[in-house]
Amino acid sequence: MAKGKVTFNDDACKGCELCVTVCPVKIIELNKDKINSKGYSPAHVIEQEKCIACGNCAITCPDSVITVEKL
Amino acid sequence: MSKILMKGNEAVGAAAIKAGCKYFFGYPITPSSEIPEYMSRKLPEAGGVFLQAESEIAAINMVYGAGGAGARCMTASSSPGISLKQEGITYIAGAEIPCVIVNMMRGGPGLGSIQPGQADYYQSTRGGGNGDYRTLCYAPASIQEIVDYVMLAFDKADYYRNPVLICADGMIGQMMEAVEFKEPEPIDLPPKDWATTGTGGKRKPVIVNSLFLEAEECQVHNRNLENKYKLMEENEVRYEAFGLEDAEVVCVAYGTTSRIVKTAIKMAEAKGIKVGMIRPITLWPYPYDVYNQIGPNAKGILGIEMSQGQLLDDIKIGIAGRLPVYFNGTQGGMVPTPASILADIEKIAGGTK
Amino acid sequence: MTIVYEKSKGLTDVPFHYCPGCTHGVIHKLVAEVLVELGVLDDTIGVAPVGCSVLAYKYFNCDMQEAAHGRAPAVATGIKRVHPDKIVFSYQGDGDLASIGTAEVVHAAHRGEKITTIFVNNAIYGMTGGQMAPTTLVGQKTTTSPFGRDEAHCGKPIRMAELLATIDGAKFVERVSVDTPANIRKAKKAIKKAFECQIKGEGFAIVEVLSSCPTNWGFSPVKALQWLRDNMIPYYPLGNFRNFEEGK
Repeated sequence: MAKGKVTFNDDACKGCELCVTVCPVKIIELNKDKINSKGYSPAHVIEQEKCIACGNCAITCPDSVITVEKL
Repeated sequence: MSKILMKGNEAVGAAAIKAGCKYFFGYPITPSSEIPEYMSRKLPEAGGVFLQAESEIAAINMVYGAGGAGARCMTASSSPGISLKQEGITYIAGAEIPCVIVNMMRGGPGLGSIQPGQADYYQSTRGGGNGDYRTLCYAPASIQEIVDYVMLAFDKADYYRNPVLICADGMIGQMMEAVEFKEPEPIDLPPKDWATTGTGGKRKPVIVNSLFLEAEECQVHNRNLENKYKLMEENEVRYEAFGLEDAEVVCVAYGTTSRIVKTAIKMAEAKGIKVGMIRPITLWPYPYDVYNQIGPNAKGILGIEMSQGQLLDDIKIGIAGRLPVYFNGTQGGMVPTPASILADIEKIAGGTK
Repeated sequence: MTIVYEKSKGLTDVPFHYCPGCTHGVIHKLVAEVLVELGVLDDTIGVAPVGCSVLAYKYFNCDMQEAAHGRAPAVATGIKRVHPDKIVFSYQGDGDLASIGTAEVVHAAHRGEKITTIFVNNAIYGMTGGQMAPTTLVGQKTTTSPFGRDEAHCGKPIRMAELLATIDGAKFVERVSVDTPANIRKAKKAIKKAFECQIKGEGFAIVEVLSSCPTNWGFSPVKALQWLRDNMIPYYPLGNFRNFEEGK
């Protein structure tokens, strides 16, 4: 049962992968099937139900791409 | 209105305070140090803030900040210190911030000497900083003119959103003369809604800035500045001129030098030579049109300046080749004598120069 | 549902031009969040530097002035002396603060100017393409130290936090890093204290933030933060050097 919900503003993402490395439950990946308007593959959550709403990803993201909500 | 005997440098400060200047940032340098000294005593009494900056560079940047925040503010220095301020001045002009900068010119180049000079004419009128910008430049020739033009400078700075220079020389700064402080003419000034005062949650943020990374935007900005400077050229020229119609020789000089020239002119008149004079009060915008008033008897123009002849270019533009232009000058802090100027007037009138 | 994290109202809608993974973005967020949380955003005037963050005036949602290179503390001084009741900050990189602007920041601290300075130290000059900075480490290769910074030739890097902490007017001096979420949270606490120092009228406050420059260091953003941890933190120790709250 997910504790948190994470949304990504895809077009703001620069594919830097900092969020990928700081997620304690390792549920963030770059979505290689997508290219955003900047030409990057944006990050996304692959197993939303494992999210613990720690906020690490959002805190780390330099471009304020991520919104985290606690359910 | 009663007159007070004042030293030039102190009159600068008194006039600024009378004009509502509340912030002075400066650094000591001979022969202008009495200006920060006076302001350190008098500005706090007037409810203002005096701050001695760590350098002339810091001072002009404090002026940029204070002026950008909407305050009437100024700095003062002398030639080498004004060189340091050139970066700040172009930023201020580019960001369109009002302020007053006083230069008590001294001998140069480099560290030069501490006695009077006028060798910052190019720097003042052509701009010593990068890019296309102009600053109104007033050249007072008496302590009364210091008072009048320092006060006017604050109004003009606010009106045009531009830095204004007072190009005085070290002699004027150190002299004492009787002055009166007239009430300033009321002037309609727009509100400073561009100034950084904190949004208070009531308006969008404002940005004070001279950077325009998009070239098209930067050009638009430059065109706006150009139009502003054209307005100044049309409306702000000031000069004193006399005896041009039947002059055999026309003298051109400003500041302290103009007073010595007037003495030389009296000496020449006593010898029967007709001498006219043009005394620019604004070095920029320059009174080019007045050269059209020079009559047919003129044999030549004599420019006199405490420099190697920086004022000559503008004279040549003004006279447009109609007459030969000569120079009499002193450098390094030396001050010209009436006798040497008279000798040149005689040579030009006699056709032997 | 409660919001745990969202984009700060202290930032405008203008997307950051910074390189992917550049920690300028993180530091901007922290400053913006602190200003909002302290309730002072509408009373704030910021001063932007010359460097990668030259466009900071577009990103902060408050009145901003753009300064000449290194001059931000002097510009901030002018603003604060005119508006002593407002919050004034400068945001500067290593060229701006530790090279051309050293006199200005030292004297702002010396006078105890009640301003807050955010100093972004990434050991290199980013905007101009990766030249050596006064903060570049010995042996570090940059475009103007292609063989590695040579201590005999141009000395060891300068530690600005320690230097400024010797000045009495500097009432809050702390060095932080933004290389991990834990450090980012600590950095935010320090930045908050640095603004509180101004709000309380104590004196000059500065937070030196160790940051990465993936592009000019030649690493991926993730590897760049590792390089920061391995190389910068040992030379630039994290910690507080002056704290008005502790009489330090």
